[in-house]
Amino acid sequence: MEAGMKRRQFVRLISSASLLPLMPTLAFAAAPAGADYRHLLVLIELKGGNDGLNTLVPYGDATYYSLRPKLAIARDQVVQLSERVGLHPALAPLLPFWKKRELAVLQGVGYPDPNLSHFRSIEIWDTASKSDEYLQDGWLTRSFAAAPTPRSFAADGVIVGSPDLGPLGGGGTRAIALANTEQFLRQSRLAVSEGQSHNKALQHVLKVEADIVQAASELNADYSFNTTFPQGGFGNAIRCASQVIANHAGVAVVRVTLTGFDTHSGQLGTQARLLGELASGTVALASALEELGKWKDTLIVTYAEFGRRPKENLSNGTDHGTASVHFALGGRVAGGLYGEQPRLDRLSGDGNPAHAIDFRSIYATVLDRWWGVPSAGPLGGRFAALPIIRT
Amino acid sequence: MRTAIALAALLLVAAHPPSADASAPLSYDDARHLLNRTGFDATDAEIRSYVGMTREGAAKKLLAATRTQAATPPPSWTATPGPLRYPRGGDQATEADRKVFQQEQIREGLELRGWWIEEMITTPSPLTEHMTLFWHNHFVSSQQKVRFAELMYRQNVLLRANALGNFGVMLHAIARDPAMVIYLDSAQNRKGTPNENFAREVMELFTLGEGHYGEQDIKEAARAFTGWSLDRDSGTFRFRPFLHDYGQKSVLGRTGNLDGDDVLDILLARPETAEFVTRKLWREFVSPDPDEAEVKRMAARFRASGYDIKAALYAMLTSDSFYAPEDRGVLVKSPIDLVAGTLRQFDMRPGLPVPFAVASATMGQNLFSPPNVKGWPGGEAWINASTLLARKAFLNRMFRADDAVAPMQAGAKPVPMAAVPKQALAPNGAAETETERQLRFMQAMDRGLASVKFDREGWFARLGLPEGAPEDVRDRAQAATRLLLAVPPQTPHEPTDEPLTLVRRLVLDAAYQLK
Repeated sequence: MEAGMKRRQFVRLISSASLLPLMPTLAFAAAPAGADYRHLLVLIELKGGNDGLNTLVPYGDATYYSLRPKLAIARDQVVQLSERVGLHPALAPLLPFWKKRELAVLQGVGYPDPNLSHFRSIEIWDTASKSDEYLQDGWLTRSFAAAPTPRSFAADGVIVGSPDLGPLGGGGTRAIALANTEQFLRQSRLAVSEGQSHNKALQHVLKVEADIVQAASELNADYSFNTTFPQGGFGNAIRCASQVIANHAGVAVVRVTLTGFDTHSGQLGTQARLLGELASGTVALASALEELGKWKDTLIVTYAEFGRRPKENLSNGTDHGTASVHFALGGRVAGGLYGEQPRLDRLSGDGNPAHAIDFRSIYATVLDRWWGVPSAGPLGGRFAALPIIRT
Repeated sequence: MRTAIALAALLLVAAHPPSADASAPLSYDDARHLLNRTGFDATDAEIRSYVGMTREGAAKKLLAATRTQAATPPPSWTATPGPLRYPRGGDQATEADRKVFQQEQIREGLELRGWWIEEMITTPSPLTEHMTLFWHNHFVSSQQKVRFAELMYRQNVLLRANALGNFGVMLHAIARDPAMVIYLDSAQNRKGTPNENFAREVMELFTLGEGHYGEQDIKEAARAFTGWSLDRDSGTFRFRPFLHDYGQKSVLGRTGNLDGDDVLDILLARPETAEFVTRKLWREFVSPDPDEAEVKRMAARFRASGYDIKAALYAMLTSDSFYAPEDRGVLVKSPIDLVAGTLRQFDMRPGLPVPFAVASATMGQNLFSPPNVKGWPGGEAWINASTLLARKAFLNRMFRADDAVAPMQAGAKPVPMAAVPKQALAPNGAAETETERQLRFMQAMDRGLASVKFDREGWFARLGLPEGAPEDVRDRAQAATRLLLAVPPQTPHEPTDEPLTLVRRLVLDAAYQLK
């Protein structure tokens, strides 16, 4: 413990000192006044569509138990947060964050006219489009175009463990996708940072090569954490994300993915395992961030393409649904319950609930409150930020 | 070093000036430009066979060689059309039955991708496959939604049969294509509860383009397409009269008891349709920035020909714009361009094509699964840090020193095409997680890339040297450079006479990503 404390203070000292020369005022010149990308965003994608009702359980609602004769989480299993709702037991490791009021629980996150296709719905989330609108650039891509990150950053964003760039997709961002830092550093030797051209296409290729080279020169794979990372795929992704975050140059966003939530059958065991991985991974990430002195400057947010149908199916699973619960946590998060639990007595014709929080309000929170970037432009409209950031 | 490269580049330009003169015979660079833009990267010998031809002669030769059928035998399950296979148990299928069905469709989908990329690599008419791919990205359907590999295959056959035929005929056929009927929800479009998906996309993405129709046109057109459905058993198109709306409709100013074919004819009659398609052809073949006056000229010819696709291409491929020196090397190769082109250009023939289709998917172009109804956006969007590293890792894999020298294992039997995905996709015990299974699949695919060998000495021996040039290092490098790169290399290097070193430098150069 003693050594850990010392290390933490040391790291804090080093990182704040080393940031100073890297932060010339010019670096922010293109960004609106106040844009501050020293605030890190970590996105955790729950790929496949996590079942919100069994994540934040409305244990006080009899309708829930009648819709889920086989899948409902028993009242005495629930980690109670209020007299009406509580967490899935596998999420118990998150309780300390709740007690410190660093965990915001966002209920009923979705969008109007929901699409039930994995591919289309995650595209809507990634591009922050309307349900019937096709946009090419991710919402973060548009945000970074409006308010660029400092040139000295290792990258705008790093995508861990998935080739698809999601919210960083489209053109123009310095987005790096890597499965592990060692492999990225090895592969990046094939890239060279050379030359300029009047040929636009060539200029683009050269720019991306230069981005790779810059990221490779700033990222390293050998930061030694005291934190113990969980075994398994998601634990490795969290370890890798922590390595990325440990770089001194900075990065605005890191995205990690936990996959397997498409629980059409045998949901109970699968979801318990996945939520357990989510919880232990998040705890490890928070610990690594504490070591780096960045817990107060990090906002962790979960997202997914959709939730699942309230009524269980005949295969002990649930089918594609709409609004779901998501989490925001971090050292400056104002913990508590936000939004509204889906009204199970008012389901649509296909058996799905309406949303209470538009997902773009979460994005607006990140842009307006976390980074100080006006959100209306990048999001193509005004969405009210949520009061989940302590100032 | 930079000066040396700049000098070499100058010499190259001086030796093969791109001709802006329409009557001048094609130079080596002109012929290379024509073949690489219209097909996949050509070999030195193919390019030479076009040198000295006129633009008209070269375009005619390319268009005359096009095909309506693939030469590669398709996967065996395509031989007996229908009935469609559903999960055992139909609507009451258990989760296990559905998994079996899903795995089967994934495996057949992989075989289909392998079949198509093999056709691209071996076809005598690369233009045919290039156009088939172009229409796949125009009349988009994706296996992600359609699911039945067999229907994706039938759509591919339809696109190839019409790829250089008549656009109007193809439009009418695609509207009835079963994969399209599923993909754009025509099967859900019924009298009283219209589904507007097909009606909207046919106007926005297939014919007029945005801004040339109103929401009311979409609503009325959707009614005209009601009842265009599918026979679930055979998987063939079926018009269901009792689901069709026989009422009066108005679309783009024409009123009557219109049916779907009437609406398509109304769309084909509009000049915007010819212009929209011509503009898209321009971005595919000429440059990212269409010259509107030229587009209008070519579109008028396209429309006057009754939508003969060859007429449109002939106008484009004989134009000054196509051969304009400033538009050489301004297009980004698609992943398919890169993969199929590399194999063709280096005379490499995979024993097993599936891993090459998977390689393209890793670079962002998964055949039969475009990202959405708008298709792959293409251009600069092909290149990001993830896809560029995937491209470079692929090229590095293709031209790795240890592989290139290893002779074929004596007595090694070629693996049947379907075998690898079947093994790689089969569950390996209950303990294996989804992630582990995917990893095992990708490792099998990576090993599959090793099924091709680069015969570097033979390739160099066949490479023609500039006329009358003494055979020294610089000339070999120069000949390889002008074959492989559309623009001068970006990374300077000392000259080398080691073929593999030279090829690796050129394919890993940023310039190799362009066409």
